[in-house]
Amino acid sequence: MKCHHCDSQATVHLTQIINGQMHKMDLCESCAQEKGVTNPDNLSIGSLLDDQPKLDSATASMTCESCGTSHQDFKKGGRLGCEACYHVFRPVLEPLLDGMHAGINHLGKIPSRSVEKKTAVENEDALRKALQKAVEEENYEKAAELRDRLKKLQAQSSATA
Amino acid sequence: MFHDLFFSKSKGKVAKPCPIALSTRVRLARNIRAFPFPGRAESGQKKAVLSKCLDALEKVKDLKTSTSVELDELSELDRQILVERHLISLELSQSDESGGVVLSDDRSCSVMVNEEDHLRIQVLSNGLDFEKVWKLADSLDSGIESNLDYAFDQQLGFLTACPTNLGTGMRASVMMHLPGLVMSKNMDKVINAVNHLGIAVRGLFGEGSDASGSIFQISNQQTLGESETAILERLQVTLDNIVHQERMAREKLMEDDGMRLVDKISRAVGSLKTCYLIQSSEAMDHLSLIRLAADFGFLPEKFRALADRMFIEVQPGHVQLSAGKPIEPGERDQLRAETLRKEFLRMPQLKLDPQVD
Repeated sequence: MKCHHCDSQATVHLTQIINGQMHKMDLCESCAQEKGVTNPDNLSIGSLLDDQPKLDSATASMTCESCGTSHQDFKKGGRLGCEACYHVFRPVLEPLLDGMHAGINHLGKIPSRSVEKKTAVENEDALRKALQKAVEEENYEKAAELRDRLKKLQAQSSATA
Repeated sequence: MFHDLFFSKSKGKVAKPCPIALSTRVRLARNIRAFPFPGRAESGQKKAVLSKCLDALEKVKDLKTSTSVELDELSELDRQILVERHLISLELSQSDESGGVVLSDDRSCSVMVNEEDHLRIQVLSNGLDFEKVWKLADSLDSGIESNLDYAFDQQLGFLTACPTNLGTGMRASVMMHLPGLVMSKNMDKVINAVNHLGIAVRGLFGEGSDASGSIFQISNQQTLGESETAILERLQVTLDNIVHQERMAREKLMEDDGMRLVDKISRAVGSLKTCYLIQSSEAMDHLSLIRLAADFGFLPEKFRALADRMFIEVQPGHVQLSAGKPIEPGERDQLRAETLRKEFLRMPQLKLDPQVD
């Protein structure tokens, strides 16, 4: 039996069941090593990418400008290079994540710093809307107060950024 | 050599032994904002991440009494021993630059730097206790996060180098001793059944359903789309089920052909007392039977604890540690046998159940 990725003799036979779907793959020792199959903790999902529908050439030539990871790199190694990759490769990733995980939305812990930032952004939005409303209602006293609060909040968030 | 790294400095309480579950582990994968993940980082960036992380870890309350080590400072043997003790991963042990680890003094927490992700936070405990382990991992993580900005996305959660770790970044696992399911040839069925539930089973030493020592690591495969507690609850239900299946398999083995099982155990006792050359896989299989004998009450409880300790000490790195230098496999087999003979010299005859006797 030949390796799925090169012509060497396949010695590693991988069967993985993800959400009830069976994926089978035969690999040679070195491709298995390269893909992390020998350590299932870090198992590469690159091999599963081959089962995805063929992507158009625009997708195939995608590259992350921030770290230089190409679609080919991801396909081969199953790993992304940086945060920005998650935006660049989103179209390829989403169908994969659906099959890989219990859902595609994070329901776990949220880091506290992220919460603070989110609240600040939300507050800013809410203040801006309230300010607009006050101006529309010609309540200039309230608008002035809201404008000052907004300025203060913006100064705070730019100081912590 | 950093030998004192490997042994716990805590004389704290020993967890109540759960005979089938050996240990519980929770690991969290985290990355720092604005730095490429280690696989894509340049040498200077990795160095910066290492120093940023070590600085942040120094300030964490849960790591107040800990040791921080850069991998460059360790010999190959030191690294191997840390891997055998599950304190660092094989991947980190092979890292060529800017890898680091911070180990709490009681060895219950280990934080790896520049592994596949910038940070791999790991908490270990004896027996089966997700609640305690998750609580500590969560607190450790929050402590680190108060000093570092994590790469986080509202929809995808914690961003990781491999999309299989996205979301919670949490892999929870339990090491289980399942000789009953292995001997009754039911392990494949168990692996298949739990795989359908998004739970992975792998042999800790060796591969697939034929792991030496019958020790398996059971962990969640999915990390996104569920909360940490939901993942742990689901895993717990599966583990309870496996424990139940293992107990039934043991009872059935004893009922169907108890004498064969007793003979097997007794021969393992004999081998451990009399061997002069022994490889680690053979030693593991004998130790597994000693553990089983203690579970059945054929041997005093203390031999389960001895078997658990020896599971680690028969590993190649640990045999060389006791020799005080790197030695060849042949010499290792001899030294391993010597240690086992000494440790099991006073093992009593099996105290058999009247119905088996």
